[in-house]
Amino acid sequence: MEQQKYWSSFGELNQSDAYKKDVQDEFKEELPFEADDKGLLDAKTPRRDFLKYLGFSTAAAAVAASCEMPVKKAIPFANRPEGIVPGVANYYATTYVQDGDAVSVIAKVRDGRPIKLEGNDLSPLTKGGTSARVQAAVLDLYDGARLRFPTIDGKEVTLEAVDKAVADAMAGLNGAPVVLLTSTVVSPSSQEVINQFLAKYPGSRHVTYDAVSYTGMLLANEATYGKRAIPAYRFDKAKTIVSLAADFLGTWLSPVEFAKQYATGKKLDEKNPSMSKHIHFESAPSVTGSNADEKFLHRPSETAAVAAALLSAVNGQAINIADAKLKAGIEKAAKALNENKGAALVVAGSNDVNVQIIVNAINEAVGANGQTINWAAPVNYRKGVDADFAKLVDDLNAGSVGALVVYGANPAYSWYDADKFKAGLKKAKATISLNAKVDETTELCKYVIPDNHFLESWGDAEPQAGYYSFIQPTIYPLFKTRQWQDSLLKWSGATTDYLGFLKGYWSTKLGGESGWNKALQDGVISPAAETIGGASFNGAAVAGAVAAAGAKKAGKVEVVLYEKVGIGQGQGAANPWLQELPDPVTRATWDNYVIVSPAMAKTLLDIDLNDSGEADAYEVMPPKKVVKVTVGKTTVELPALIVPGTEPNTIAIAVGYGRSEKLGKAVVGTGKNVYPFASFNGTAVQFAAADASIEATGEKYPVALTQTHFRYDTAQGNRTEVMKELSLAQFKKHPTEIRDEREKELKPWGGLEKFESQGTIYPVFDRPGVKWGMNVDLNTCTGCGACVVACNAENNVPIVGKPEVMRGHEMHWLRIDKYYSGDMENPKVVFQPLMCQHCDNAPCENVCPVAATNHSSEGLNQMTYNRCIGTRYCANNCPFKVRRFNWADYTGADSFADNQEGKVNDVVMMMNDDLTRMVLNPDVTVRSRGVIEKCSFCVQRLQEGKLKAKKESRPLADSDVKVACQQACPTNAITFGNANSHESAITMVRMDNPNRQFYSLEMLHVLPNVSYLAKVRNTDEMAHEGHGAEKKEGAHA
Amino acid sequence: MTTFRRISRILAAGIFFLSISFANKVTAQDGKALFNANCASCHKMDKDLTGPALMGVHDRWNNDKLLALWIKNWNKAVASGDAYAVKIKDWSPSSMTVFEGTLSDAQIDAILGYIKAWKPEAKPTAAAAGAPAEEGDNTLLFGILTLILAVISFTLLQVNASLKKMADEKAGEPVVEPVPFWRNKAYIATLTVILFCVGGYLTSKGAMALGRSKDYTPTQPIFYSHKVHAGANQVNCLYCHGGAEQGKHANIPSVNVCMNCHKAINEYVKGPKLYDEDGNEVDGTAEIQKLYKYAGFDPANAAAWDPSKAKPIEWVKIHNLPDHVYFNHSQHVKAGKVACQTCHGEIQKMDEVKQFSDLSMGWCINCHRETKVQFKDNGFYSIYEKYHNDLKSGKIDSTKGITVEKIGGTECQKCHY
Repeated sequence: MEQQKYWSSFGELNQSDAYKKDVQDEFKEELPFEADDKGLLDAKTPRRDFLKYLGFSTAAAAVAASCEMPVKKAIPFANRPEGIVPGVANYYATTYVQDGDAVSVIAKVRDGRPIKLEGNDLSPLTKGGTSARVQAAVLDLYDGARLRFPTIDGKEVTLEAVDKAVADAMAGLNGAPVVLLTSTVVSPSSQEVINQFLAKYPGSRHVTYDAVSYTGMLLANEATYGKRAIPAYRFDKAKTIVSLAADFLGTWLSPVEFAKQYATGKKLDEKNPSMSKHIHFESAPSVTGSNADEKFLHRPSETAAVAAALLSAVNGQAINIADAKLKAGIEKAAKALNENKGAALVVAGSNDVNVQIIVNAINEAVGANGQTINWAAPVNYRKGVDADFAKLVDDLNAGSVGALVVYGANPAYSWYDADKFKAGLKKAKATISLNAKVDETTELCKYVIPDNHFLESWGDAEPQAGYYSFIQPTIYPLFKTRQWQDSLLKWSGATTDYLGFLKGYWSTKLGGESGWNKALQDGVISPAAETIGGASFNGAAVAGAVAAAGAKKAGKVEVVLYEKVGIGQGQGAANPWLQELPDPVTRATWDNYVIVSPAMAKTLLDIDLNDSGEADAYEVMPPKKVVKVTVGKTTVELPALIVPGTEPNTIAIAVGYGRSEKLGKAVVGTGKNVYPFASFNGTAVQFAAADASIEATGEKYPVALTQTHFRYDTAQGNRTEVMKELSLAQFKKHPTEIRDEREKELKPWGGLEKFESQGTIYPVFDRPGVKWGMNVDLNTCTGCGACVVACNAENNVPIVGKPEVMRGHEMHWLRIDKYYSGDMENPKVVFQPLMCQHCDNAPCENVCPVAATNHSSEGLNQMTYNRCIGTRYCANNCPFKVRRFNWADYTGADSFADNQEGKVNDVVMMMNDDLTRMVLNPDVTVRSRGVIEKCSFCVQRLQEGKLKAKKESRPLADSDVKVACQQACPTNAITFGNANSHESAITMVRMDNPNRQFYSLEMLHVLPNVSYLAKVRNTDEMAHEGHGAEKKEGAHA
Repeated sequence: MTTFRRISRILAAGIFFLSISFANKVTAQDGKALFNANCASCHKMDKDLTGPALMGVHDRWNNDKLLALWIKNWNKAVASGDAYAVKIKDWSPSSMTVFEGTLSDAQIDAILGYIKAWKPEAKPTAAAAGAPAEEGDNTLLFGILTLILAVISFTLLQVNASLKKMADEKAGEPVVEPVPFWRNKAYIATLTVILFCVGGYLTSKGAMALGRSKDYTPTQPIFYSHKVHAGANQVNCLYCHGGAEQGKHANIPSVNVCMNCHKAINEYVKGPKLYDEDGNEVDGTAEIQKLYKYAGFDPANAAAWDPSKAKPIEWVKIHNLPDHVYFNHSQHVKAGKVACQTCHGEIQKMDEVKQFSDLSMGWCINCHRETKVQFKDNGFYSIYEKYHNDLKSGKIDSTKGITVEKIGGTECQKCHY
């Protein structure tokens, strides 16, 4: 334990000069202090200037004082709708739906405006969990770049006019087929609408297109199980999980659901420690890989060989893999799978049919079918098959398509051969888009009828067979838009609108109006009892698939394309909250880039990370070396980021960037589109290329990387102690290891028990009544970032834009620190969510000259914005670096219109916009320029919760107060509540886990109110080999 | 300064005790309070209002059970087929509120008991006892007295000086010509000091008052008199400002709430004459007509009224708090059981509403320091075990009780977040 050394940057690992300098100072930029000693009057602001300022401010104050108070109006409703009280939030169950993803949510509506989404606890699938994208979806509603009216050839028209024009165009097709092109539709009633539409136009067809498709799985399942479908996975029932590059905690299929399941296997009972075991194989680092108990690297072209080897190993045959580490890993995985037959699960992220067939065979061999893989209720998240779309592209180019109606799909951006699609599109007689924004495909369409946002829509979703989730509008449509189903119904000659259709569809199924109302109120309908069943397996295709699995391709560099947690396939690109969310893997914002391994950095970029000078040159300033990546005829130039845990000959690039500037200010200048690097092998699109060439261009491009921000390492705030981690074997052997260590460290000051009173000269204060406390379980935290975006939404946390992030000015109240340990090429990764620790003996409070930050009797470290004068002493004195300073008026609090123009990024100007500001939480002050802010433990929710209890004249319950990060977390890693209560969850979790509990920087005696539970990895390791630990640790001790 | 504080303290304490007695009256579970809270907005005992006069309702129904059912949910009473219920169903175009779930059987019994016992007052005495004699503002009197004394002492000083001069002359001592008082340094210094103190006091007081608007009395689009509604007619505050119990805002009632009563009440005749701030007489009936204009209501053709066509009334907001202050009405009204009058003054006596308190932070904090929370009555406070023990053992003075301050009510983040 003592030897283990955690590092968050290469500079820290090397203890380089730049690192040491950087961590001494709170602020990255030079502060405007005069270095000379000429005295105040001779300094740059001499006496005359002083008098000028004095005169101006006196005059300004006099003018301001003589102004009359403005007359404000209070305008009530003419007729107050029942159940709506101004100032009191209403909650409506609805469903987040985007391109096949469906998450049941509750929308918080304040005075007619939806301002926050929470997970719906009634959903048996997501169980109240959310993701960063779900949390950010509410901002999309107020996106100024949404199309505000129907258009023909880009010109505004009325709905009637566009309907007539479309009807005329359809009539003039002369029997040429109509093709409806959508992303996956999870809504059963919409499927009916589509069927009606298709019936109206004989010869027409529906093509489903997913930008990142699951064709490989769909076709493999058809070959082996006879069903072109995807089964439901049950990670909670699996004791051994092997993932072949399936990022199931980040982006794969239904990450919220899987994270929830995964966490049940990772929750540790201290009295009876056991955990699921997760072994991960991948080429480039992912959220899931970072969480794995053990991770092995291989080349992308080796995926099939690894899968085939795993199948052989599971069947007890010898395997032929050259790399010793990888071979050992496969054998280990096979052993673990065989030990837990019936409770084992293998998933693969590959879109290669053969790989998926082999994976099906492995799952069959380890008894997953019908246990951890549920065929009784398959999922509907992805239905698109690439070959269908490829055929459509051919048809379009052949001129055999009459009209193309597009909804959701955006192949002009995301198809590997977008030019061919665009060329074909021009040959269609009529092109109609029902997308909400002018995306790359919509731009090329003649008729556009923009769709409503899902928060303005009616609808339903069936994410998994038999599990329904309903959509109801939470606000009247902001613009002249219409739901896409309504458009289809209109054009198919239906007389009812979609609401009528939907009600009709469900009323009979649900037993009339009351059943329908109940369904809307709950938001979900689920089967009374869960059925888990298997499907009969036909192994005929396996031999062929194994034979097709070639060995890895040697020599050249390989490229793998991946989705980011925030941006996804590109849907999040226009959302500033998601763009500024530090990616969990790289902690970079606002760009995509080429991820290279430290080994490749040495050969390609000429950066030796073990050389502190070279590491500093790479790390300290934002500009990174640009590389040119060529695959076939496509060339893209992007900056290179060095990320440990990448396979040495592989580079990884995120898709979803380089979008059309018409999508909004947030996409301007962010990254490049790398979908053209994908290729189509006749059945499925492959998101990896084995034959790339890469070269440094000698140029540099700045990347807003936050990994090195907010670090601090002085004699007073030594960071070596910040993280604690154990292996399961070690924990079983010495359960009290962490506790003993804490006890030993605090011994001189009274030990654990008396540390609070004996470790200080200050008196110990009473906390009668409530004392708030939080606990974060690092075992279940996956680092997915849902909490960060939830905090953005709940607390009006500003967006600062890329130039400001580069200066270390990002405002997130909650950041997720990422620490590496071990081997530089394949290190272990630990995530630690870090927010204000609400120290009971807070160093920030003592140094505020105006007492703007002080302590409450409930244990809150309070920040009073209207009293703050912006000295930033508190931020300087904070050992956790969680205080944020408003360098500009990021949210439009008090500046005059336009006086920030040019001073701040365009994205910030967009967030200052009246439309965008509708998303602000009216219960939280919008901070003005020049004040410090930080996590408040969502004090507005605490006050509301206490008030609720007071009104009902009862003690506070855990259900009254849920902070935003806690509620958003898909794995319930965060516990919050009244630590004074004997029954509260926070008290329980601290009592049940005395051996894993620790406080960050405990020896400083700042007495944080946030405790952590140490991460326990399910490995057999007993001693940590820690990278260069001995010599580094000496410097710190 | 200290006198002001003393006066305001006495005032605040007086209002506080007043409010406690008021609050108790409202919350007591007796028939009268329940009647006032739930029925009085539509029913009077001796006069038809939106609903019929209730005196003798027992005799008219002659079936207490059915009557109670009617009050709970009149639809059910009609459905029971009772002839009287069916007959009175269409007594008025507006149907009665359903109280099922709001009022318990016991509460309905209490209300009916109150109605049964009610008798018209023999001679209506002027409003109960009248508020205690108002605290006179003696500042002016003291000021004049001080001024007179100052003039007298000044004159005496001058006389004294003259007499001394004369005496000296008589005694043949060398006479020093006295310095005239306007050039006397002692006088000038004293005056300067006084001017500095007074000027400084006034300047800082003025600066602190920036942005505050105590006594703000804007002219409203309709001359709505709280004195007539809440005073003379005893309409419960919460009937119109129900939000005060539910959330942050007390809320101004929507037009349809006004029209609940004013569909029937279309003229102002009986009450005392109304005067605006400048002393001009106001025609109450004309003001009701203004309401009809907003509501789109034609009294001559009441049946044709379409409430959905109403337009909202643009009232002028009187009480404004800065954006960085969080204030919640329900916290004070429902949880704290503070009477409206504590902060809004004797609203039931105001024809035009004015801002009674200065709504400054000092004013809030002072009240939080002195006001007791519902420590024993509210189950929430059971978690403050230490305080309960201290109260029992006498460590905390039980007459002072647990104030808002004691449970953290003066901490920054109770109002600023």
